[in-house]
Amino acid sequence: MSLLQVTGLAKRFGATEVLRGIDYRQEAGEVVSVIGSSGGGKTTFLRCLNFLEKPTEGTIRIGDALYDAGTTYSEREIREMRLHFGLVFQSFHLFPQYTALENVRMPLWLRTAEALKREWRGKELRARLADAKTACDTRARELLAEVGLAERAAHYPCELSGGQCQRVAIARALAQNPDILCFDEPTSALDPELTGEVLRVIRALKDAGRTMIVVTHEMEFARCVSDRVVFMANGVIEEEGTPDEVFGAPKSPLTRAFLAASPGSGNS
Amino acid sequence: MSFASVNALLLQGFGVTCLLFLLTLVFSLPLGLVVMFGSICRFRPLRIVTRAFVWIIRGTPLMLQLFVVFYVPGMLFHVRLFGGDNGRFLAALVAFVINYACYFSEIYRGGLESIPRGQYEAAQVLGMTRRETFFRVILMQLVKRILAPMSNEVITLVKDTSLARVIIVAEIFYVNETFILSKSIVWPLFYIGVFFLVFVGALTLLFRFLEKKLSYYNI
Repeated sequence: MSLLQVTGLAKRFGATEVLRGIDYRQEAGEVVSVIGSSGGGKTTFLRCLNFLEKPTEGTIRIGDALYDAGTTYSEREIREMRLHFGLVFQSFHLFPQYTALENVRMPLWLRTAEALKREWRGKELRARLADAKTACDTRARELLAEVGLAERAAHYPCELSGGQCQRVAIARALAQNPDILCFDEPTSALDPELTGEVLRVIRALKDAGRTMIVVTHEMEFARCVSDRVVFMANGVIEEEGTPDEVFGAPKSPLTRAFLAASPGSGNS
Repeated sequence: MSFASVNALLLQGFGVTCLLFLLTLVFSLPLGLVVMFGSICRFRPLRIVTRAFVWIIRGTPLMLQLFVVFYVPGMLFHVRLFGGDNGRFLAALVAFVINYACYFSEIYRGGLESIPRGQYEAAQVLGMTRRETFFRVILMQLVKRILAPMSNEVITLVKDTSLARVIIVAEIFYVNETFILSKSIVWPLFYIGVFFLVFVGALTLLFRFLEKKLSYYNI
């Protein structure tokens, strides 16, 4: 059974059909790049996976949890489902009033505390919360070290470069230990010389066995890092396969046209 | 009347002014938040009622509201809400709190709407509840964004307290008028001007301090 299975996912905004029936599976440990021109539905697909958009139709199964667009869920159920996924935004969306460390630690601490409060009461709870507080701090520092920002822990986002901000955002998403980490064009808002550091972090995550979906315009990166490439156009998955298949011998004329127009795809 | 006794009376009046100012802030700052949540509530009837209420409060003179709060409970409903020694002060306080809460709520709402959607989405994706999102992520950014318009409103409040005299609250102007009318003493007028200048000056410094305090990060 695949880790993630999406069937018939559709999303309409008024009369505009952005997603028109997406069928998608992903295995644990697999890294998938999603490519395609703007307006093809890539970002909406990621946003549906993270329940930032409510799909019009379709189902999303992640592990044992099933989401059906036809069912109404409580806020709490949605929150639990969300935690299976992490999302790194194009423009980071770090919390400006918190330091890098606090950005990573605070959300982690909230969820840890919530879980403990559900299980324990009174004195026992207080003791466990105190332990968890230290554990969260340690974990947050580890994660910052993992993205190479241990020295920047006490800095505010406004004191960090775009690339550093994005790396903090990755650490923040990792802190929730999601089953699948999604990236929505993680380098598009960065100056060219800063994309490298972010891509290196993503590559290291792949080596560590993380399951990831990366929406990207970096064709070179998609080709080298991903296990599978998905090309989306007009709200459907037009073509998918290994990087060699999609970049080397694209079957669909739409894919060919897109790759021909994209620098770095090796087809231009 | 001696200089000292005039001074003592004026200071007493000024004490009432300060108290009215402080208590109004203490109650209207949080109440404004409640009114704001009403005016952005997804439950339509509540939203409409709240917005209509804000429209009425902002659309009518504060002086009229003072009269209404003070006289209407007794004269229309025969309820003695504001009797006793502090009744007049209490009535003025209620009118001021309601009035300022409505103005504040609109400043809060403007601030809230200026916070980028991404902040909410980032919090959502991290599994935060709506409550956590507001108190952990949004509130501090909101405070920073509304500081300048709030300083305006707060300074206006200092001077609006003088309206309380219309329902005979013995704030500084009321006290002063007794001198002018009965003793023909004019200099306290200028004296009052200085009181207000100093008060507002202190507030300006306070807001500058707060702005500096919050400047450790950029939005």
